[in-house]
Amino acid sequence: MSDIPLFKVTIDNISIEVPAGTTVLNAARMIGGEVAPPAMCYYSKLEGSGGKCRTCLVEVSKGSEKDPRPMPKLVASCRTTVMDGMEVKNITSAKVVDARASIVEFLLLNHPLDCPICDQAGECHLQDLSYEHGKEGTRYEFQRRTFKKHDLGKYIQLHMTRCILCYRCVFTADQLTKKRAHGILDRGDHSEIATFIEKNLDSDFIGNVIDVCPVGALTDKTFRFKNRVWFLKPMDAHRDCPTCSGKVTLWNRGDEVFRVTARKDQWGEVEDWICNDCRFEKKKTSDWVIEGPRLIDRHSVIAQGHYAGTVGMHKPTETFSAVHHGRQPKLLMDIHSVSEVNQADIDLSIIAGPAHSNNFNSNKD
Amino acid sequence: MEALTTRAKEVSRKPMSFAESLYIPNILKGMFITFGHMFKKQPTIRYPEQKREFSPVFRGLHVLNRDEQGRERCTACGLCAVACPAEAITMEAAERLEGEENLYREEKYAARYEINMLRCIFCGLCEEACPKDAIYLSETFAPANYSRKGFIYSKEDLVIPNPLTDPEGYAKAKGAPRAINN
Ligand code: SF4
Ligand code: SF4
Ligand code: SF4
Ligand code: FES
Repeated sequence: MSDIPLFKVTIDNISIEVPAGTTVLNAARMIGGEVAPPAMCYYSKLEGSGGKCRTCLVEVSKGSEKDPRPMPKLVASCRTTVMDGMEVKNITSAKVVDARASIVEFLLLNHPLDCPICDQAGECHLQDLSYEHGKEGTRYEFQRRTFKKHDLGKYIQLHMTRCILCYRCVFTADQLTKKRAHGILDRGDHSEIATFIEKNLDSDFIGNVIDVCPVGALTDKTFRFKNRVWFLKPMDAHRDCPTCSGKVTLWNRGDEVFRVTARKDQWGEVEDWICNDCRFEKKKTSDWVIEGPRLIDRHSVIAQGHYAGTVGMHKPTETFSAVHHGRQPKLLMDIHSVSEVNQADIDLSIIAGPAHSNNFNSNKD
Repeated sequence: MEALTTRAKEVSRKPMSFAESLYIPNILKGMFITFGHMFKKQPTIRYPEQKREFSPVFRGLHVLNRDEQGRERCTACGLCAVACPAEAITMEAAERLEGEENLYREEKYAARYEINMLRCIFCGLCEEACPKDAIYLSETFAPANYSRKGFIYSKEDLVIPNPLTDPEGYAKAKGAPRAINN
């Protein structure tokens, strides 16, 4: 590494030395915190990603030591490499803040207000982005675009209306599965992610497009509508998988595995790709070795009601009978004898797709 | 010792006089006070025949709302449950099948929806959280019940009558239109 010169770059008045060829975005991520611009399309693990969404725009107030002129326009930080002595403004620049609010408005132009139905809600980057950088209202008064429904097999659910055309899934399919079967059709407002050779979608790693999708356009059909992510208990777990690393996050309700995803780092990017078998087929706690609760950023809604550390890993010892000389507490009502929710004979986690009325009605007396 | 209040009266421990030991004048005095109340304005009302007017912000029993076409509004988004400080709400969602479009407004709906009225503190946060205008606190009390079981309200108890097939029941559950002064 010694032959790569180090460049000094200042982002929001914080200086850092990074190897030449680093992008401004990655340099900012090395500093961390609020300095790092949000990114909707760039994905460090996907080659060629970035440059599509423009949420990572920054102002370059000094080009470099040799040519100190500022860049005339805001630049996409995921596609701009650093220069020695470069000075960058992200949140300290009013221009950037304003531009970002406009970008959010553009991204939301055609995005439906689907959050109450969408399975991505709670871990959606677009939701976070609009919450943090967007404006409240919309000025769009026209019909939002709609699409013919495409069926992407029994594992993956596509909601094209929610897609922001970040191309991450296309890169994932291209680079991970070696035989891309879906791509972007048409242009401009009509572009859509579609299968043109549907049978190729059952590649072993295609499930990862669910994790890379920043919005709810690609979601897990085996988890569809089963619960909201913030009611589930995320836990790190692993298994001996012949195809992938087997390191995953389980999303449990009680002992039922509702969903399996890859582990995501602080930028929302997966740590290890996982295979379809781990993601869609291993829906029993006994399939996994559980390591402990997954640490969730405390600003996330998923963190509500969750504790860090080993809390929840062990059943607490019952003290009642110990202090009452062995007498058991008197239960005035067992909620499960009355409640219709979470019945023992309806195992939502192992139903293949979303539950339907027949799943519930068949068990009615 | 310093007195705690200026209104303290010392208890008199004198033996009663003859007139006092007769009791009758004091009893008559007491009865006269009681009798006098008959001519005063009554602060109580005869519930349940008579009912007090509800305040415009009264928070009573929940209803799950329907839209104008009688479809259930709730889409099982879980926001009421996450907002509920008492953790009284639970639900299970299902996907709408073809042919059920007249029953549920959205693609996803609550197949099971339950409020535990023993836990509920009638704070109304669920109503505030709901993005679909689906849950409202009505102007009804949760009726008393002999067993705890009766306080677990399922969807059948909560969903408002269909405005198309049962407009009277719908209007009744919705409550009288009220003037909100603001
Ligand atoms: S489906 Fe998701 S990952 Fe693919 S382009 Fe659309 S938003 Fe991006
Ligand atoms: S009124 Fe308050 S306590 Fe009762 S269900 Fe709604 S949010 Fe929960
Ligand atoms: S009542 Fe409203 S907040 Fe609660 S699940 Fe239904 S739509 Fe969501
Ligand atoms: S993250 Fe840079 S343009 Fe999308």
